[in-house]
Amino acid sequence: MKYNIFSLARNARTYHQDWTRAWRSPEPKPEYEAIIVGGGGHGLATAYYLAKECGVRSVAVLEKGWLGGGNTGRNTTIVRSNYLWDESAAIYEHSVKLWEGLSQDLNFNVMFSQRGLLHLAHTVHDLQEIGRRGHAIWLNGIDSEFLDVDQVREMVPLMNVNGRYPVLGALLQRRGGTARHDAVAWGYARKADEMGVDIIQNCAVTGFDIQNGVVKGVETTRGRIAAKKVGVVAAGHSSVLAEIAGFRMPLESVPLQALVSEPVKPCIDTVIMSNAVHVYLSQSDKGELVVGAGSDAYISYAQRGGFDVLEHIMGPLVELFPFVSRLRMLRQWGGIVDVTVDRSPILSKTPVENLFFNCGWGTGGFKCTPGSGHVFAHSIANGEMHPIAAPFSIDRFHTGALIDEGAAAAVAH
Amino acid sequence: MLQITCPWCGPRDAVEFHCHGEAHIARPEKPHEISDAEWGDYIFFRKNPKGVHFERWTHDAGCRRWFNAIRNTVTDAFIATYAPTDPIPEIPTDDQGDA
Ligand SMILES: Cc1cc2nc3c(=O)[nH]c(=O)nc-3n(C[C@H](O)[C@H](O)[C@H](O)COP(=O)(O)OP(=O)(O)OC[C@H]3O[C@@H](n4cnc5c(N)ncnc54)[C@H](O)[C@@H]3O)c2cc1C
Ligand SMILES: [Zn+2]
Repeated sequence: MKYNIFSLARNARTYHQDWTRAWRSPEPKPEYEAIIVGGGGHGLATAYYLAKECGVRSVAVLEKGWLGGGNTGRNTTIVRSNYLWDESAAIYEHSVKLWEGLSQDLNFNVMFSQRGLLHLAHTVHDLQEIGRRGHAIWLNGIDSEFLDVDQVREMVPLMNVNGRYPVLGALLQRRGGTARHDAVAWGYARKADEMGVDIIQNCAVTGFDIQNGVVKGVETTRGRIAAKKVGVVAAGHSSVLAEIAGFRMPLESVPLQALVSEPVKPCIDTVIMSNAVHVYLSQSDKGELVVGAGSDAYISYAQRGGFDVLEHIMGPLVELFPFVSRLRMLRQWGGIVDVTVDRSPILSKTPVENLFFNCGWGTGGFKCTPGSGHVFAHSIANGEMHPIAAPFSIDRFHTGALIDEGAAAAVAH
Repeated sequence: MLQITCPWCGPRDAVEFHCHGEAHIARPEKPHEISDAEWGDYIFFRKNPKGVHFERWTHDAGCRRWFNAIRNTVTDAFIATYAPTDPIPEIPTDDQGDA
């Protein structure tokens, strides 16, 4: 059913009791053209573009829990494309362009809001870093502007720019912003389902059927399912699945935390991030302040994160925004993120033929949900990595051609 | 994981410590003789188990010494800590550690 003003009016007459479900919950079939492991945003987007653009409609998405219950539903929803290197600019900008038409494309309001995004500079080193990155971003044809401290103050009057680490300036991407994370998962799921993709929840992949180095299907908690091609998009659990398939992934899984305050009237109309004092902040449409914390400094699959990390975020937050000290924080949570040494993702073929991995998005992959799904779908369909995805091959950890986004990705998500 | 037992100082607040990743990795004896693949494995590939993990820690805000730890990455519970020169302790397979 198409969502529009007429369907809304029609359903109002029946007191909204007759809306059809947004997607089916089918039993798994014995065989598919392609199986996607992981029903987060990236997995669902992959399935959607496989069906929509690659003509591969016999697709199942297998999710061990519920749709979007992983990092997709746990992130602070920041979208931007102001990365340093050409390879990153290509994939993240590809994604921002898809975001710009996504609500129309999916007929689902993903609440993409290009409210602008500031990277604060507090030190001479920060100024040099945003200077270098800002110019590199320009050269890639992506918008970025330098602001001096007065312009920053004008944009965010509530910010204390004279704290212990005074604000000296900022890098602004006006096309950056936020989106509604759950809506992204739901929107992709609904459209993929409409084109025949089977979305199967509560179905964990426990093994791979590999014959003579070629994947033939997967073992799941709901039985064996055959497939010609398998794409694994399992975020924090990617290395666990790689190990089952018999190879290693250069990933470390750590908890990353976030928290939200009680809702207040609109007071912050942009996204603010600071690598130096290690905090980032935006305001949701409900009015909650959404605050991103850091990750624990050790591997962990305990989906909560250490208390000291929260303590560590509150200091700089209150220093930058003194009014926050009188707000109550309502919820805190953690997600297990899969981090690579160069802070860039892995989209790659693997030692097993027809088995593809899309992982390593770590602390910052939400923004690339459309872009990653799009190029990964084409890679799976063609059997060769899409040109935008190719540099993110796992081979780079052996050739040394890393894509080092440490500065652009470290705290800023 | 609120306290960690330093082999030298005993149980102390977890924030005094810092983790330095996987333990017991030996630098290749003859770096010039190994392949790019082996060198990449040594530098970039780390174990990332969901379960028991051997890792290196320092007691930064205490004695500042290095030690090794065995920790369960599902519960964050420590199973054992030991000095770098100690043999790797035997752990019973059902030991989940103290949270
Ligand atoms: C607190 C926090 C804040 C963040 N903030 C931002 C931000 O502001 N901007 C940004 O761009 N990014 C951010 N990120 C990162 C972002 O959330 C992730 O990079 C992105 O959501 C990854 O999407 P995904 O679909 O790959 O993973 P997920 O949504 O985690 O999906 C993976 C799915 O695979 C499933 N799975 C795992 N193992 C199996 C199995 N064996 N069988 C079946 N299914 C399995 C999981 O259940 C999960 O649903 C943040 C992350 C966190 C935790
Ligand atoms: Zn000590």
